[in-house]
Amino acid sequence: MNPSRIRAYFVAFAKGYLRNPIGLFFTLVFPIILILIFGAVFANSGSSAVPLYVENLDHNSPASVAFLAALNDTGAVSVTVVSPPAGTNFSSYLGTQGYSAGLIIPAGFQAALTNKTPIVIPIYTNPSAASQAGIALGAVAGVESAFNLHLAGGSMILTSTEYNVGSQIFTYIDYLIPGLIGFSILTSPMFSMVNISSTWKRDKLFRQLSLTPLTRAEWLTAAMVWYVLLAIVAAFVMIFVGRSVFGAHVSVVPWMFPFLIAGPVLFVSLGLVAGSVSRTPETAAVIGNVILFPMMFLSGTFFPVSSFPPYLQTVAHVLPLYYVIDGLNAGILFANSAGATRDLIIVIGVAVVLFVVAVRVFSWRES
Amino acid sequence: MNAAIEVEKLEKRYGHVRAVDGIDFEVRSGEVFAFLGPNGAGKTTTVEILEGIRPSSGGSVRVLGKDPWIHGRELQRLIGVIPQDFHFFPKLSPREAVDLYAALFGASVSAHDLLRRVELDDKADDLFDTLSGGQKQKLGLALALVNDPKVCFLDEPTTGLDPRARRAIWAVIRSLKAEGRTVFLTTHYLEEAQLLADRIAIINLGKIIATGSPADIIRTYGRPERLRIEGDPAMVDRLRREVGVPAEVEDGAVAVEIHDKGDALKVLSWLGSSGYSYSSFRTSQDTLEDVFIRLVGSSEASTMELSPGADVA
Repeated sequence: MNPSRIRAYFVAFAKGYLRNPIGLFFTLVFPIILILIFGAVFANSGSSAVPLYVENLDHNSPASVAFLAALNDTGAVSVTVVSPPAGTNFSSYLGTQGYSAGLIIPAGFQAALTNKTPIVIPIYTNPSAASQAGIALGAVAGVESAFNLHLAGGSMILTSTEYNVGSQIFTYIDYLIPGLIGFSILTSPMFSMVNISSTWKRDKLFRQLSLTPLTRAEWLTAAMVWYVLLAIVAAFVMIFVGRSVFGAHVSVVPWMFPFLIAGPVLFVSLGLVAGSVSRTPETAAVIGNVILFPMMFLSGTFFPVSSFPPYLQTVAHVLPLYYVIDGLNAGILFANSAGATRDLIIVIGVAVVLFVVAVRVFSWRES
Repeated sequence: MNAAIEVEKLEKRYGHVRAVDGIDFEVRSGEVFAFLGPNGAGKTTTVEILEGIRPSSGGSVRVLGKDPWIHGRELQRLIGVIPQDFHFFPKLSPREAVDLYAALFGASVSAHDLLRRVELDDKADDLFDTLSGGQKQKLGLALALVNDPKVCFLDEPTTGLDPRARRAIWAVIRSLKAEGRTVFLTTHYLEEAQLLADRIAIINLGKIIATGSPADIIRTYGRPERLRIEGDPAMVDRLRREVGVPAEVEDGAVAVEIHDKGDALKVLSWLGSSGYSYSSFRTSQDTLEDVFIRLVGSSEASTMELSPGADVA
């Protein structure tokens, strides 16, 4: 290993990469686009209330207004009072407006409460929006119980307060950032190495390098250093965008760096193996994608693995990227050193094995 | 007399195919040695074995006294190589490529001087993927020279180039010889071999079928000198009968084999008195191309480009 040869080749490799707009796009721009899209789509998913449309036939009596205010206060629904044209069926009105949940405060609501005579509140839900229907029904039932209890002269015995898991409140974007850092740790080395190891073989560039004093180990070292640097830059950019655009609760922590080093080493090796065992650049691309795409989606990049059905969780647990992202989550979000350490050991172990395999199957000379 | 390259009983088999079938040759230090053969004859396989990037299946090879497969690393510093169909990193310029090679070899060369030597200094900062075929090949030549090599392997360095680029590369090859370097040149082009090479080996179907200087090969394998008469082909029968010389119609002209000046004078004086019309006559000798076609066989030779200008419209 000669440092000046590694440095010289590293500079040439970096220039080649930086002058190729496609590589740069997928490394830096594409993950930012993903943050912006997924962030915008899911930014409010944690707190969004189900819209509930109400026709108040009790003429805004104080009791009916208090009931609707109590519904709003649950936070589960947001009440909008509507006035369908006279003679319209409320159910078909909701349907034509595209509303999926509604209720009617019947005339005589206040009187019924005052006289403690039973009265029925009709609720309309759309079975095709089952989760929204469930939320609306639950909220209404809860408020009704509270009113009934109060009218019966009782008082609350059991109550609860809500807390989030972890030390602070996390939103979707907080989980998305470590996932996308993992995504770029996976994609840029894999895409380029599969491409390099197959097209360079076709264009005899390895043969060309094999006629210089540069060794395979020096070549691999330069490439790995480059992808580690790219991963670090991508991580900083994504944390910056996540914080500044979406107010994500992520920051640069020391625990990131072992993953930003071991991850690219792992995927450079995997890409090299995939490219080396293929005869043509076309088959290499296919093999690369077969490895890449399931890993990209099943490792917790875009959605937490815990939300997967059990059999997909099992699949996720054999994908190396899962441990990179799990470790980044543990390090960046939860300050969970024990979890991050366990993940890191697995990532380093797999990286070492793949590195050894890559060095064995990747040959410059021809037989 | 020391040999730069010694090859004995070299073999290379791919399964049942013998790409190189027990060849022997020697390249002397400081000479330009041309390795000729039709496509698939075993040229590139042989060169790659000499360069140390492909193992042989049998026999022995020594380049500057070393086995290239075993001592490839040491040998790399002493040899320069342009592979056939040279490619380089598409997004590097010739200047950066030379600087990279200089750093890898630990050589101190001026990229500017080296690129001027191969007439590429005007494209020094253009990216490789924007260069023409000839310019790429010139960069290959420049890179092969970065480490000041004792032996240069040039594998079809002018294939597909226009005549100007080809001549520029020929000039560099001549200067390599003038500097005392050994040049191992494989080529498609017989004219190129005849112009540049001190000695030639012709390989066909994995075997060497002729070696020697171009003049030796023509003398050994060529036909005798011929008198060509552009005239009535009907004279052939009477020439044979009346003058007693071997005559035939060749490419629309009458060709008479002559072994000395007397033969030529006899034919010409007969021609003057015979009454046959003719427009001109001249003597001709086989070129390397004629010999090559005879040795390799016309079907094999048809895959060759027989003159360097043939691909230029």
